[in-house]
Amino acid sequence: MKFTLSWLKTHLATDADLPTILKGLTNIGLEVEGVENPAEKLAPFRIAKVLTAEPHPQADKLQVLTVDAGDGALQVVCGAPNARAGLVGVFGTEGAVVPVNGMVLKKTAIRGVESNGMMCSFRELELGEDHDGIIELGADAPVGQVYAQWAGLDDPVIDVSITPNRQDCMGVRGIARDLAAAGLGTLNAIVVPTVEGVGPGPDVRVEDADGCPAFFARTVKGVMNGASPAWMAKRLKAIGQKPISTLVDITNYIMIDLGRPLHVYDMATLKGGLVARKGRTGEEVLALNGKTYAVDETMTVIADDEAVHDIGGIMGGEHSGAQDGTTDVLIECAYFTPERIAVTGQKLALTSDARGRFERGVDPAFLDDGLSIATDLVVKLCGGTASEATRAGTPPVASKTVSYDPARCLALAGVDVAEAEQKRILERLGFGVEESFSANWTVTVPSWRRDVDGWPDIVEEVVRIVGLDQVPSTPLPRMPGVAKPTATTEQLVERRVRRTAAARGLAEAINWSFLSDKEAASVGGGDWTLANPISEDLKVMRPSLLPGLLSATRRNMDRGAVAVRLFELGRRYFAGQDDGSWERATVGFVLAGEKVARGWQTGKAQAFSAFDAKGEVIALLAAAGAPVANLQSFGDASSAYHPGQSGTLRLGPKMVLAEFGVLHPSLAKQFGLAGTVVAGEIFLDAIPAKRASGFMRAPYAPPALQAVKRDFAFLVDPSVEADALVRAVKGADKKAIVDARLFDVFVGPGVEDGKKSLAIEITLQPGDKSFSQEELDAISAAVVTAAGKLGGTLRA
Amino acid sequence: MSEIANLKAGLIADIAAADTLDALEALRVGAMGKNGVVTGLLKTLGGMSPEERLEKGPPIQDLRESVTAALADRKAALEQAALDARLAAEKIDMTLPADPGAQGSVHPVSQVMDELAEIFADLGFSVATGPEIEDDWHNFTALNIPETHPARAMHDTFYFPDAESGKKMLLRTHTSPVQIRTMMNGEPPIRIIAPGRVYRSDSDATHTPMFHQIEGLVIDKGITLGHLKWTLETFLKAFFERDDIVLRLRPSYFPFTEPSVEVDVGYTLTNGQRVIGGDGDAPGGGWLEVLGSGMVNRRVIEACGLDPDEWQGFAFGTGVDRLAMLKYGMNDLRAFFDGDLRWLKHYGFSALDVPTLSGGVGA
Repeated sequence: MKFTLSWLKTHLATDADLPTILKGLTNIGLEVEGVENPAEKLAPFRIAKVLTAEPHPQADKLQVLTVDAGDGALQVVCGAPNARAGLVGVFGTEGAVVPVNGMVLKKTAIRGVESNGMMCSFRELELGEDHDGIIELGADAPVGQVYAQWAGLDDPVIDVSITPNRQDCMGVRGIARDLAAAGLGTLNAIVVPTVEGVGPGPDVRVEDADGCPAFFARTVKGVMNGASPAWMAKRLKAIGQKPISTLVDITNYIMIDLGRPLHVYDMATLKGGLVARKGRTGEEVLALNGKTYAVDETMTVIADDEAVHDIGGIMGGEHSGAQDGTTDVLIECAYFTPERIAVTGQKLALTSDARGRFERGVDPAFLDDGLSIATDLVVKLCGGTASEATRAGTPPVASKTVSYDPARCLALAGVDVAEAEQKRILERLGFGVEESFSANWTVTVPSWRRDVDGWPDIVEEVVRIVGLDQVPSTPLPRMPGVAKPTATTEQLVERRVRRTAAARGLAEAINWSFLSDKEAASVGGGDWTLANPISEDLKVMRPSLLPGLLSATRRNMDRGAVAVRLFELGRRYFAGQDDGSWERATVGFVLAGEKVARGWQTGKAQAFSAFDAKGEVIALLAAAGAPVANLQSFGDASSAYHPGQSGTLRLGPKMVLAEFGVLHPSLAKQFGLAGTVVAGEIFLDAIPAKRASGFMRAPYAPPALQAVKRDFAFLVDPSVEADALVRAVKGADKKAIVDARLFDVFVGPGVEDGKKSLAIEITLQPGDKSFSQEELDAISAAVVTAAGKLGGTLRA
Repeated sequence: MSEIANLKAGLIADIAAADTLDALEALRVGAMGKNGVVTGLLKTLGGMSPEERLEKGPPIQDLRESVTAALADRKAALEQAALDARLAAEKIDMTLPADPGAQGSVHPVSQVMDELAEIFADLGFSVATGPEIEDDWHNFTALNIPETHPARAMHDTFYFPDAESGKKMLLRTHTSPVQIRTMMNGEPPIRIIAPGRVYRSDSDATHTPMFHQIEGLVIDKGITLGHLKWTLETFLKAFFERDDIVLRLRPSYFPFTEPSVEVDVGYTLTNGQRVIGGDGDAPGGGWLEVLGSGMVNRRVIEACGLDPDEWQGFAFGTGVDRLAMLKYGMNDLRAFFDGDLRWLKHYGFSALDVPTLSGGVGA
């Protein structure tokens, strides 16, 4: 909401200077978003008279002028066709900055003739579009005076942000009222003129009282529509509203001045009376913005016998608005239901100044006054004869009262404001206050404050005017002692996993939660697709963290990265119960490019392998508290992975805690990645929570006797999985064998065809006494037997 | 010179001249071995009379000791020389580069969330979470934002197609629905923060369709705006680790709080950078909007099944990404979600930079 300081002062009698007013506005909740004084950038431009004008000796289109800007004659080269002796215009002297292009004027020679500044056009000063020639002021304009001051441009434009609850401040008067309540002046009384009506009011009716409870109107016949008077045009221009014609400008002016939207119809375009009714499917309106909108039964429109002329309360129609030749007008001053306006506006995706006000809720008690003020201005500025008013329907003016205990101010806001001060503030804001010694105050809410309906609102009004800086900072009560831990198990797990991954050399990325259809499909498809995505690339809630990581990997590769180690900790989104979501906390990572760069020690660069992914998965699972030693390796990773170089880690056959491996080459290709890319995902929500068992560890003393190691090599079928053999061996004597580690896999000379050799080192931990040879032999035999169950034979 | 003295001089000279360990060993065997010359002399001692032994014994013993010592010294010297030679031969160019290992990092958003959790834990707040795919009741209705409320237009909401049951699902536009879930699922008194991803249909240099917020909620008896003010001041001072934090509270409007307060924090322009701290109204200073907050609206407390005459409190919300930018100086929000390793390395944090109150929450 923009207005100028002088405009504000038409409603507010104040001695306060601009900084005080700006600070006051922000303090009471009308946040100043910007302030600009157009005079500041125009300060070096002065009114000047052209004394002489001679043709330029070297150029047909240029003239050499002598110009007096109050300091004597200066020579200026000028290309404007209207430059001539005697013209009074605006002159920018040496050093001035031309607003439109930032050019600094300096003494220069143009085609060999010295020039000491510039005579300016309106466009060059950003005062309009006119660039046909230099500005021509009247001959009486005072030469030497700063142009902006003389032209009344020294009027700061203030832009405030109005919160959605404050319909009353969508007009300059409401802002003035708030400032007056805050002690920054007095609100001038509003003068509502009486315009005698001749003849009955127009035929207007309300058929849709829900959407438009009141439709007041008058006609004015015999008007002359032309350019607005200078004062009105200047104010509108100052705040960025383009003056159009007097009739249109009057409605805009009153809307900004008083927060009261109006509409003026050219009666020549109407067939029959006007009715506020529901739209009908199939009806269309060509609106003032040049676009056509289809209306329906949920919307309120203003229509005549033949067509819809107005999307009620939002935008008028192109065909029935006031034109240059308009002679008879109908002035509409209606009340549209805020909820209806909001829905219609959202549905049509149409914003307008009128919508902004009606959807906040205009003052329902101001229809008659608004109509009178508008009619008066039309008659005064355009002539013509006004009719009486027609008042169709009734605006919702029921007065609201709130029972208010002034002690609530301290109880809710923590600030003690004297009762008399509270009353004074409320009354200045237009509230009625009826004090009572025995009971709460009865506070009557002004008709323009639709937002106020409970005692907390009253507290809010008092506190905002008193100033939030008056609220004393009060410490929250603190529990005695050291603060207690607050993190949940999930948070602790996430923190440990995140910092473990970072410590292992992976960089944490945060990728979009949404993917393109194609990306989602490449990892099995998503359950949640946005109805209104911001783009096709950000449409489906991710079922996997891989696509986001792969895209990030690709971007890094495109930027020349040779090694990419990225991880993300976030959610995957699936359909859950009761139409809700199932959001699964997940860690994903991608390793791509060079695992080891070429080096003087290591030779050629090395790529990542599936076992790098497995290593990360196990480390991160361990960090997350998963029982890593008990996990079983399975195949059956998703189709995102190379079918022969991937796997899952499970707790029991069904509970998949992680999957990992070499990325499927076709998926890598889809993301534009060359070479081996390995990846993994850990499903944090599938990891069973560790039971809290206090801080005490299980008792332990390192064994006195040294562990013994024995190596075995078994020949097995190639289909036998290493993990199965190791588990079998380890299980051969659960007491003595504390570890079994595979250290060699061999196929080749010395190993019979169709077999592979797996070598395992077992660790035997003696208890009270060392193993006897018989015991060692028995353990070895048990190991061999266990391997035998998998078809393993001891390698000779 | 006696025979023994001659022998001693000869042996010692030979030992000193031995230039390899093998030569030295041959000398040792020749002198001290089973059939060695010194051993032979020692053997003669047994056949001597006590008087004779008293006379001839000491020189022979002296010979043995001297030769033994000379052998040991020479052996040590030869070994030292051999070691020196080996070490000299093993010299390498230690200016060659070592493998630095891969360097990982924690994302600034995660780091700042950890910082916030640490600060608020000290104030007695625990961390709560909620779904990102929400229904419109939790995201809007329960927060006193009805269907037609203009505030719904303020949020550029991502919607999902309506469910068969008619339930309207959307991506939460703020972390405030976690307030609702916390109040409905727990008993007051409540002190929580709720960090997480939120979504709005918006994209430019300062807006991304996904970003991070943190919500705070206190519900208790006798909580006032004064407590809110103190909490925010205390939190911001701890977060920026500066005592000169100045807040400017402005009346504002949020449907779920009343009174509603927007909070600006003063900054000082230092070398062209906005550095948080100092009075925003001072010359060279300014204000940055950092928080929305207010006293929880009675309707919201009621919607959660609590008695608003018994319980009242405050709520606040702020952008985590924005806090990170203000504290650590990033200026492009979009880079947060780009996964650029160069950016992550520069603005990310070491795994060991765990925020603690004793070490300072910043890193």
